[in-house]
Amino acid sequence: MSNKFLENPVIKWIEYRLPVFSFINESVGSGYPTPKNLNYWWNFGSLAGIVLAIMVATGIVLAMNYTPHVDYAFESVERIMRDVNYGWLMRYIHMNGGSMFFIVVYIHLFRGMYYGSYKKPRELLWIIGIIIFLTMMATAFMGYVLPWGQQSFWAATVITNLFSAIPLIGEYIVTWLWGGFSVDNPTLNRFYAFHYLLPFVLFGLVFVHLWALHVHKSNNPLGIDIKGPQDTIPFHPYYTMKDLFGLGVFLIFFMFFVFFAPNFFGEPDNYIKANPMVTPTHIVPEWYFLPSYAVLRAVPDIWFISAKLGGVIGMFGFTLVLLLLPWLDRSPVRSAQFRPIYRQFFWVFVADCFILGWVGANTPDAVFYGIPFLWIGRVATVYYFGHILVLIPLISILEKPKTLPDSISAAVTAKGAAPDTAQGAAE
Amino acid sequence: MNETASSDDKTRRDFLLLSTITVGAVGAGLAAWPFVDVMNPAADTLALSTTEVDLAPIEVGQSITVVWQGRPVFIRYRTAAEIKEAEAVALSDLIDPQADKDRVQKPEWLIMVGICTHLGCIPLGQKANDPKGEFGGWFCPCHGSHYDTSGRIRKGPAPKNLVVPAYTFLTDTTIKIG
Repeated sequence: MSNKFLENPVIKWIEYRLPVFSFINESVGSGYPTPKNLNYWWNFGSLAGIVLAIMVATGIVLAMNYTPHVDYAFESVERIMRDVNYGWLMRYIHMNGGSMFFIVVYIHLFRGMYYGSYKKPRELLWIIGIIIFLTMMATAFMGYVLPWGQQSFWAATVITNLFSAIPLIGEYIVTWLWGGFSVDNPTLNRFYAFHYLLPFVLFGLVFVHLWALHVHKSNNPLGIDIKGPQDTIPFHPYYTMKDLFGLGVFLIFFMFFVFFAPNFFGEPDNYIKANPMVTPTHIVPEWYFLPSYAVLRAVPDIWFISAKLGGVIGMFGFTLVLLLLPWLDRSPVRSAQFRPIYRQFFWVFVADCFILGWVGANTPDAVFYGIPFLWIGRVATVYYFGHILVLIPLISILEKPKTLPDSISAAVTAKGAAPDTAQGAAE
Repeated sequence: MNETASSDDKTRRDFLLLSTITVGAVGAGLAAWPFVDVMNPAADTLALSTTEVDLAPIEVGQSITVVWQGRPVFIRYRTAAEIKEAEAVALSDLIDPQADKDRVQKPEWLIMVGICTHLGCIPLGQKANDPKGEFGGWFCPCHGSHYDTSGRIRKGPAPKNLVVPAYTFLTDTTIKIG
């Protein structure tokens, strides 16, 4: 922020009473020092924030035209599509925006795992991120129920029924969640209320996430600490511009789906109004839940734990186990760039997540070249948990990392660059 | 004198602090309960909790589905062969052992909640041309559970038999479910 701006008497008057301009400047302005070597994987955090804003903006106008009642919900969505000015656009942006949100956040998560962004001193930053992710999933699930199509209704039925697996009190919890004896009007009403509330909770969590981020600043592709001003550049204009460029590219991708394939991520069955008496023959969750859905179905009866309860534990454990990552990974080196063994297993892990998603999209009794999907799912589930709980700790102890560069500046500027670590110089 | 006073004072302080926290916690708990209970089924929802059904128009071998508490209830007028088949099964062959006679009040009327005990889908088998599974009863298309002519789970991921709701025969041909 230029001094000229701060010298303006009106700005000065406000700043003296509420230092909002210096706060902005130190958060996303020229007063925020950022590692000079961030690559494009660092765009996805700000993209996630922008998608959240897009979702709130489109969501509020949809809310003005939506009726949360079992007799009118489906029809009110059709009215938005046909009669409301640009209603189709608002709904398609919101609908595909949900998928975009998950794409961006999944990349953001994988980036954190590759570059060790969860390690000391960013453990809480990571944990807040996982809580944001869980809140997002709850918001997305409840939003999917609102159009009250067949997939909406049966997704709500199957997912709420998961809680009946809890011993003793499970049935009471399910009735309590429903506010009745099946998914019905009370359920739709409360899901709408929560779907409206949770994005604001998300805003609050994002604020805390950024607060924690700004204490120790961004991690970077080298995973080494900022040692002085020579390692940083101001956030504005360098990263504001880079984020805006990334946003442009991302919006091309996003708008392609909105305008040319708006139902690509959806299920055609959801254009049939919910019918509590008929289950569609093939129920699939939205794509972003497919990996955890595969885990749900992969768990067999184990000792005294039924397949149903085991599946539910596995499904929630799928995300919750990530909370332990900062303590499971004992390697002092953050970036996988300097961890030859971990880097290879990281890509196996990414592939495993895709395999789980592919299994989740198929029926459990389906067969792939003679191999039942059930067994592919079981192997992939064992690998998923094995990777996080066994391989990550083991590799972090046994692996011999490569030598770290002396500083960010030494590694990425021509002056101080050793030839083999100059990859960031293109920045 | 002074020492006794201060140690008295300390125990009295501790007592006051603990009892204040306890009473405060009980009060907070009591105040929280309405916020929990408000999400339980409301009085009008509970008022719809029974359904009366006239069985007279149903013929032997026919099934109907009625709505009770927003859920489908399967009512099947079983044939003699189906009853015999259900009764003949050894309990040791069952995943969730239950004798057929414990699942019906009158053997010809099989009444149960038509919701798969796995994850809540509606099994097929009510219509004449529906798939009925390997045991001639019901088949759930979602995850492949097979139920027999008594609605008991025989094969597939469902852990329990189809649930028999509480019902009473008001007359020979009318029942009240719930």
